Amino acid sequence: MNAPKHMRMREKLILRVAAKSLLPFFFLFALYVQFHGDFGPGGGFQAGVIFAAGIVLYGLIYGIEAAQAVIPRIWVEIGVAVGVLIWGGTGIATMQSGGRYLEYGKLDPEHVVHGQHLGIMFVELGVLCTVASGMTLIFYLFAGRGR
Amino acid sequence: MSSYLGLWHYHACILLMMVGLFAVISRQHLVKKILGLTITQVSVIMFFVAMGKVRGGTAPILETMNHDEVVRQAHDVVFSNPIPHVLMLTAIVVGVATNALALSFVVRIKESYGTAEEDEVLAADHADSVAESAKEHALESEAT
Amino acid sequence: MMDVPIEALLFFLLLVTALTVARLRDLYAASMMTAIFSLLSAGLFVLMDAVDVAFTEAAVGAGVATVLSLGALSLTGSREAKKRAQVFPFVVVALTGAALIYGTLDMPHYGDANAVIHSHLAPDFIEGSAELEIPNVVTTVLASYRGYDTFGESFVVFTAVLGVILMLYRSKKDAS
Repeated sequence: MNAPKHMRMREKLILRVAAKSLLPFFFLFALYVQFHGDFGPGGGFQAGVIFAAGIVLYGLIYGIEAAQAVIPRIWVEIGVAVGVLIWGGTGIATMQSGGRYLEYGKLDPEHVVHGQHLGIMFVELGVLCTVASGMTLIFYLFAGRGR
Repeated sequence: MSSYLGLWHYHACILLMMVGLFAVISRQHLVKKILGLTITQVSVIMFFVAMGKVRGGTAPILETMNHDEVVRQAHDVVFSNPIPHVLMLTAIVVGVATNALALSFVVRIKESYGTAEEDEVLAADHADSVAESAKEHALESEAT
Repeated sequence: MMDVPIEALLFFLLLVTALTVARLRDLYAASMMTAIFSLLSAGLFVLMDAVDVAFTEAAVGAGVATVLSLGALSLTGSREAKKRAQVFPFVVVALTGAALIYGTLDMPHYGDANAVIHSHLAPDFIEGSAELEIPNVVTTVLASYRGYDTFGESFVVFTAVLGVILMLYRSKKDAS
């Protein structure tokens, strides 16, 4: 962004080191929130936002080009659509196995509860994909507009 | 009068919403209006969540995974109502996405008008339309 | 009844923060205050037993939303011009608030276990979640019972992002 030269975050050593050492835990925590969402607070929406916050932190401190070198813009552009497609596709899959749209129980013919678990896992993955890519893409667009 | 005392949480949410609404109406900078909208949004969400609370209840998360145990627990323990939580959870994420859309409009307005103050934008629009109609008027009088 | 002083304190802090946001003319400071507003409200959501909502509000409000408004401010300028105070907004806000407060007067009290919304649907959802062996009832309702609704919500996120792309997209060719 347009801050004067001496204010640029990418030249601050403490921020760089702290951010770099925190980032793996950001993404690990996002995955924990995603897959622990059945048992405690959490789920696709929160995990997606935390994931995007990790990328945004990296972009703020190392510059938008560095962030786009790690996760190119085209990936997140595709990711937004793929997330919605995963969700819609889960509905199609339940119809293929003889149920109604989004009737997860039919995903596992032997065990309704397992089918429900499977379906919820897929749709939560879809939400993660849409929200994480969407928030990252919005950040890329706002930050890229400044130059 | 004392029977209204149990409603003060709702009234506090409404008070917060009034502050947000005031920022939306009275402030001229468009980004400030969107910050006011954020405050309004959080207050409305809080109003809904407050309706789901049960005094003495706990968060709607069951404790054990043993099937019979869980079914018994669902009857014995008082849980707060999970439905407002679900509705508002998605509303927050959708809210930030739509806020971003509004901010992108503000950015475009700033780029084409050179200002993000509402009254200056309106004044520029007004000056434009006055100039336009004057030009049309001149063309018409030329033609006749 | 242990919660009441904490709730009152949090509501008071929220009110002070909101008033500060409305008053500040330095918009960078105002967006940071909005982040603080979100964090405080997340604390209040925990007291209202809405842990999932609190989690989301903390992650969204204090994380992504603040970065976005700061990003927008760096493009639009961060000083608000000084304008004279007007009476009209006060009147509108006071009327709206009075109407809303009048509307709450016949509502069930806060935390009332006999309120109508607690006696239908919600017990079924909790029992159904137990039968599906998923401890977090919110996840069950979100993904399974209200699957269509949440599908629609993620579609709204998709549409909003599409809108932002249309407004702000700049290809490498345009930039040069």
